[in-house]
Amino acid sequence: MSSELMADEIAGPRRPRPTVSPWVGFALRRAGGLLVSVLVLVVVTFLIIQLIPGDPALAVAGPDASAADVERVRTELGLDLPLWQQFADYVGGLLRGDLGNSFTWGVPVSTILANRLPFTISIALVAMAIVLVVAVPLGMAVSVLTRGGRRKPLDLGFGVVTGFLSSVPGYVIATLLVVVFAITLGIVPPAYSSQAGFASFPLPIIALAIGPACTVARVVRREMSAVLEQDYIRTARGWRLRPSRIYLRYALPNLLTTTLTLSGLILAGMFGGTIVIESVFAWPGLGSGVIAGILNRDYPVIQGIVLVIGLLATAVNLVVDIALALIDPRSLGGSNDSL
Amino acid sequence: MTVSEVVAVPGRRFRWTAGLVAGLVGMGLVVLTAIVAPFFLSDAANALTSQANLPPSAEHWLGTDRFGRDMLARSLVSTRLTLIMTVLAIIISVGAGILVGTTIWMAPRRVREAGLRAIDIAVSYPSLLLTLVIAAILGPGTTSAVLAIGVAGIPTFARLTSNLAASVTRNDYVSTARLMGVSPMRVIVRHLLPNMAESLLVLGATSFAIVLVELSGLSFIGLGVQVPDYDFGALLASSLATIYTQPFQLVGPAGMIIITGLSAMLIGDGIAAAVDPKAGARSIPAPGDNAGSRPVRTDVLVDVENLRVRGANGKALVDGISFTVNRGEILGIVGESGSGKSLTAMALAKLLPENLVATAHSLGVDGIDLLGDVAPTTLAKSIGLIYQDPSSTFNPALRVGPQLTEVLRAHLGFTRRSARTRIASGLTAVHLRDPERLMRQHPHQLSGGMRQRAMIASALAADPVLMIADEPTTALDVTVQAEILREFSAINTGRSTGMIFISHDMGVVGALCHRVIVMRSGAIVEELSGDALREGRAQHPYTRQLIAATPRLHAAETIEVTQ
Repeated sequence: MSSELMADEIAGPRRPRPTVSPWVGFALRRAGGLLVSVLVLVVVTFLIIQLIPGDPALAVAGPDASAADVERVRTELGLDLPLWQQFADYVGGLLRGDLGNSFTWGVPVSTILANRLPFTISIALVAMAIVLVVAVPLGMAVSVLTRGGRRKPLDLGFGVVTGFLSSVPGYVIATLLVVVFAITLGIVPPAYSSQAGFASFPLPIIALAIGPACTVARVVRREMSAVLEQDYIRTARGWRLRPSRIYLRYALPNLLTTTLTLSGLILAGMFGGTIVIESVFAWPGLGSGVIAGILNRDYPVIQGIVLVIGLLATAVNLVVDIALALIDPRSLGGSNDSL
Repeated sequence: MTVSEVVAVPGRRFRWTAGLVAGLVGMGLVVLTAIVAPFFLSDAANALTSQANLPPSAEHWLGTDRFGRDMLARSLVSTRLTLIMTVLAIIISVGAGILVGTTIWMAPRRVREAGLRAIDIAVSYPSLLLTLVIAAILGPGTTSAVLAIGVAGIPTFARLTSNLAASVTRNDYVSTARLMGVSPMRVIVRHLLPNMAESLLVLGATSFAIVLVELSGLSFIGLGVQVPDYDFGALLASSLATIYTQPFQLVGPAGMIIITGLSAMLIGDGIAAAVDPKAGARSIPAPGDNAGSRPVRTDVLVDVENLRVRGANGKALVDGISFTVNRGEILGIVGESGSGKSLTAMALAKLLPENLVATAHSLGVDGIDLLGDVAPTTLAKSIGLIYQDPSSTFNPALRVGPQLTEVLRAHLGFTRRSARTRIASGLTAVHLRDPERLMRQHPHQLSGGMRQRAMIASALAADPVLMIADEPTTALDVTVQAEILREFSAINTGRSTGMIFISHDMGVVGALCHRVIVMRSGAIVEELSGDALREGRAQHPYTRQLIAATPRLHAAETIEVTQ
């Protein structure tokens, strides 16, 4: 998640497709896409155990397990049943909210998810909010101030700083933040602790936000510069409107589509990106849960967390598509390409 | 011809930027380190000594780790494994991605649609999700990390390639090749790949940085390289364990990740900028010097004397022209693209792009001196503007009504409601039906002719003394052209509004204008009356050439707009 170039390309072109009744078509297409996405997620998480090379039961039981232990694990997990029956049991369990029990912690996976989900969602959403509040005005301001080749030093400085910060990985930024603010200055705790309360939150949030903020600021700046060259901006200048009105009323709405699409990708990425950041701060969220799961071969935990992160990304995509359709009715015909 | 098109962009050539050079030098050093370091530094990097957790010193520049191994040596030696892993992962992502992305475009339509849809779904999920799935299946380790990151990157690259292929396959030569029965594989190799090479190179460099960061991240959280091997991420993770007591141990691995990632990013951005014809440095010209200026004449509506427009390079795009427009007169300005006619109009409207500057001995409208600062309201009330392409002059994101009423509300103190009423009657006057409904629509819901009529109504709302119309009919088809010209004619007779009408179409100008000036290369070559033009009494060879170049599609009969 470090180059606006990639994010931009992924956002891709939008193919208009005429439909008789735009909202009905949109809803149907969207519901269909949703169904397929959820189905794919369920199948993929189900397959995690099935695709383990060699004997899954042996892998789950561990290399030191006796033959009897391996067989016990096999029956416990139902790995001796036919594949279709295992899948039916898995789906049935999901529908009842039963994702199995953690091998390591001995508690239901649903409980683990319920405890960890708020920690991940809270820092991801706050980080995203900070990204938008900082990056969009910053990108617009730099574009306006440097238009037509003015203020070369600002132009260069913005490019260097955002380019540098967006290419430094979040976990390196997180580590440096810990050294400076937690260890050297001692103003915030270096890792999560329940006693510290909200003092634990700033560092992971900042670590999550810096890279994406720079990426968004660069994209907004480039888009804004392109918008300012458009004929309709000249028209607005011809009406002799105040500059603030031209930028906010006439330019900003034309940035929203790109910004929203990019933000959706970034937010969905953050639900995954927290995984690495969480490990720096011992953050009790989904990320550190899934890492522990993989290291402990705790497959029900892995399945549950991967499923939930996937569903979160699906939800973000859905919200972005609906928002895009509301902002720009033209996108109803073809819908956002992300689904 | 929009104003921005007139301003020439520098030609397409490869530009070496400081960033690109720095990136190449940095990456060169990193690669050199990867090759050389393990030969010389392996002992210092791997041998266990009793000198554990030493701070930086002359002997150990970055100190030692808890087993007494030199951190600088370890950071440098780890470069080889890190780069090899990154390159392997990229080969998987890029190779499979390009294969999928290009073959999709060669597949039958249904397969292609389904494939694109599948890729769309895949890229809307964070790639880390697939990475986790693969890491969970294969267990932690070097090979599984490379596979996990490589495979997780395939959808992204497939999407990027298919986007590129989409734009390339639209080219005629590709469809021609396919129609001629050239095999799909050959089309991919001969036509698609060479035309995507530049973009793929940029993406390759950019994704190198991304893959490096992701792989190191995987090692950092313990799912990648395992002890006793180490890459940047694993080194960073082990130094995190001693962050309280030995924070300097972070410097080596963190520094190597930053330097390598930054170099790759600089190369990607540098290549992208180097091949982008629009990326040239733009500079603003020195402010104009209006030496020799005189007061604006008030006996004519428009008073232009010795108007020059020049760009940052000092080249004169309009080279000292002088003309006047009388009250109630329609002046036509004709000339080919690049003759300076639009720039003349934009200078008069004070709407030149920022990289152009205008100077004159006199530049005035209705007694207002345009060389100095003019209150926005005065300008908005005096000059109405109509542009060439009605599809781009309205803001696509806003409804038509708020845009049309903008001048009335911003400058004439109208309320939203009264402005709408005024514009509604204006829209009726230019023969648009159901103005209320029209104002609630978005620009893209109107036809070109409707938009141009709406633009005229908006320009007339403030009752300006001068209308500047910059090729207002060029983007319209012929029948609509004639109707719009009739509107202009009616405005001129009904309101005695002065008008500057810019066109390259001699027939249109001859039918509408009282007087015509012919421009070429920024200068006026001939001035003649509308009657003279219609009767074929043009003197200058260039004017005659222009007349000869105008297609005579019964222009005189179709465009019956004589005054």
